[in-house]
Amino acid sequence: MQNLTLILLLAAMAGGAFFMGRRRSFAVVGGLAHSARLHSLPGYYGYFTLIWCLLPALGLFLVWVLVEPKVIVALIIESLPGAQRTMSAGELNLLVNNIQNLAAGDAISGEIDAVMRDAADRYNDYVAASRRMLAALTLGIAGLGGAIALRRIRPEFRARNRVEQVVLYLLIAASSIAILTTVGIVLSVLFEAIRFFREVPLTEFLFGLSWSPQTAIRADQVGSSGSFGAVPLFAGTLLITAIAMVVAVPVGLMTAIYLAEYSSSRVRAVAKPLLEILAGIPTVVYGFFAALTVAPWVRTAGESIGLEVASESALAAGLVMGIMIIPLVSSLSDDAIHAVPTAMRDGALGLGSTRSEAMVRVMLPAALPGIVGGILLAVSRAIGETMIVVMAAGLAANLTANPFEAVTTVTVQIVTLLVGDQEFDSAKTLAAFALGLMLFVVTLCLNVIGLTFVRKYREQYE
Amino acid sequence: MTETKITEEEAVPEARRVETDGVPAAQKPNGVAAHTVVERVAELGEKTVGEVRCDNPFIVTENVDVYYGDNHAIQNVTLEIGKSEVIALIGPSGCGKSTYLRCLNRMNDSIESARVTGTITLDRQDIYGSDLDPVALRARVGMVFQKPNPFPKSIYDNVAYGPRIHGLASDRAELDEIVHTSLDRAGLLKEVKDRMDEPGTGLSGGQQQRLCIARTIAVNPEVILMDEPCSALDPIATARIEDLIDELSRDYAIVIVTHSMQQAARVSQRVAYFHLGRLVEVDETNRIFTNPQHKLTEDYITGRIG
Repeated sequence: MQNLTLILLLAAMAGGAFFMGRRRSFAVVGGLAHSARLHSLPGYYGYFTLIWCLLPALGLFLVWVLVEPKVIVALIIESLPGAQRTMSAGELNLLVNNIQNLAAGDAISGEIDAVMRDAADRYNDYVAASRRMLAALTLGIAGLGGAIALRRIRPEFRARNRVEQVVLYLLIAASSIAILTTVGIVLSVLFEAIRFFREVPLTEFLFGLSWSPQTAIRADQVGSSGSFGAVPLFAGTLLITAIAMVVAVPVGLMTAIYLAEYSSSRVRAVAKPLLEILAGIPTVVYGFFAALTVAPWVRTAGESIGLEVASESALAAGLVMGIMIIPLVSSLSDDAIHAVPTAMRDGALGLGSTRSEAMVRVMLPAALPGIVGGILLAVSRAIGETMIVVMAAGLAANLTANPFEAVTTVTVQIVTLLVGDQEFDSAKTLAAFALGLMLFVVTLCLNVIGLTFVRKYREQYE
Repeated sequence: MTETKITEEEAVPEARRVETDGVPAAQKPNGVAAHTVVERVAELGEKTVGEVRCDNPFIVTENVDVYYGDNHAIQNVTLEIGKSEVIALIGPSGCGKSTYLRCLNRMNDSIESARVTGTITLDRQDIYGSDLDPVALRARVGMVFQKPNPFPKSIYDNVAYGPRIHGLASDRAELDEIVHTSLDRAGLLKEVKDRMDEPGTGLSGGQQQRLCIARTIAVNPEVILMDEPCSALDPIATARIEDLIDELSRDYAIVIVTHSMQQAARVSQRVAYFHLGRLVEVDETNRIFTNPQHKLTEDYITGRIG
């Protein structure tokens, strides 16, 4: 039986279980007219039966689907002649792959011998048998679960509490998915980074001033000595982030002040969504805007006043990144200013402040923690931004504070290290994971600080 | 600002008194109970009962109407407020007393849909005139709000805020002097003089409200508007604020909106009763509470509506 058919059947059974549970609840109190004698609303008895019918069967189904391939492969290997059991892990893997492909009727590499064909047939038999068992077991458990649930329905049975308990677990499971994913990402990056740090000492990575990620294939090769000092990368990242913030903070803050205090509600109704559109432009579009429009313009402008400007300058990338971040800063600051109680504004105006005095002396100081939190979130966004800098910032790992020179960033290096075919056992490739880990730690810290500020601010007025 | 006082006294009262005479007769309480709201609206009548004029008017409002969009919030209110008197505005919720109060320092300006017509003069100067700066007006007409709203700054900075923005002190010593005097007059100095640098938001509710009063008088206003200043306070803090209002009334005209009739009776010399956007009756506090002329006023003060 196909798995899809099985799922549909299960769903149909669950639906049936709901109605049976509901009907049963009426039956145990002696008809619709007496449903007030039930502890819970009749629907809850339906859901209770549905849960008992569906959840155990679904659980079995998932476990089965996960374990099935492993068990079958183990059985196949077990059944192969002894000679083939002495093969290395790689060869065995290849053989099993071939058998699976043969069984599925796909093209395979190498010759097909009688032993393999035999194994492929057995493989198909196992799969068919497993499916039959799965279908029988799942439907059986569903029926059994439903029946048990039906038998438990009594007028005084607390179906609502049971159902709500299950819903609670569902909610917990849903909210832990994001957390577990984060943990998984951290762990995967961490293990690769540890492999990197076995080859390159942590101190060299953290404090080395030169970045030239290459490893030699032969010892006598030219440029065989790679160096993995991440300082130029972080310096470049900070430079571009700083330029971005110099653009985004004043512009964003002034936008927020205008929107929160001076604009009429009609202007606000138009301007806010427009700003949010700016936030929705894909960063790759910003990237070629930076590379094709802003960078040449910066170069011409710089040269016209006698400055030497690289065509992929930190300034161009930083400017465009700043523009990208403006909506983030303005919208968070606007929220922060709006969260200051009107009583503050009224108080200031009532004492004869002008609107600007009220804003600068009362509203902004009161909103400051929220604004700072927003800016920190924007900084971590800028640090992690990839596409704009890949396209506009260049690859040369210069350690410089001159915004007219080309610099590279952590994210750009991660991209260049991992794009294309890579071997995953050289320091060069593994360096990307070490950089990723560092980046993750830095932005995590900034986010924590930012969110702490925002939370502290919220408490102040509640 | 005080030089014009004497000429006003001569000019205004006698002539204006006549208008309102004779009106009450038709609307005297007739003892019929159980009126519906609709009937009451009909009872309102066009004219205000009692005495809207006073001997020494400082704020004069003539035929003031306020609209919030299509909502006619205040209808044709004419009232005079004297130089050093406490006048209490009472009436059920939504009757327009706070709206009226906020007209007097143009706080309604910040509400986009609000529109004010009629004339309001402060010391014979039209406060809605095109040559008048609302910012300067608000320095002359201070306001204390329903909920204490100290700024999230130190106690000192809260009081020094007004003098600083208006440049009232030329040096630090002068500013210190203003802050101390204001806190002293607000009866708060003793409690806070050792912790002037602590945040004003850390004080108790009653202290916060007195801080707000200190902040208001530090600007040296001529009128103080109070919008239910005690509604968020306990009875003890309320009593202190009421004593304070009593003292302040020697130097300032005070307009206080209150929901507590006892409070109105305790602190005010005159009472104005608002109902559904109209000024129903104005008179001396004693007379309002012992012998109200209008049926609605009587119903309100005896607790039958409100």
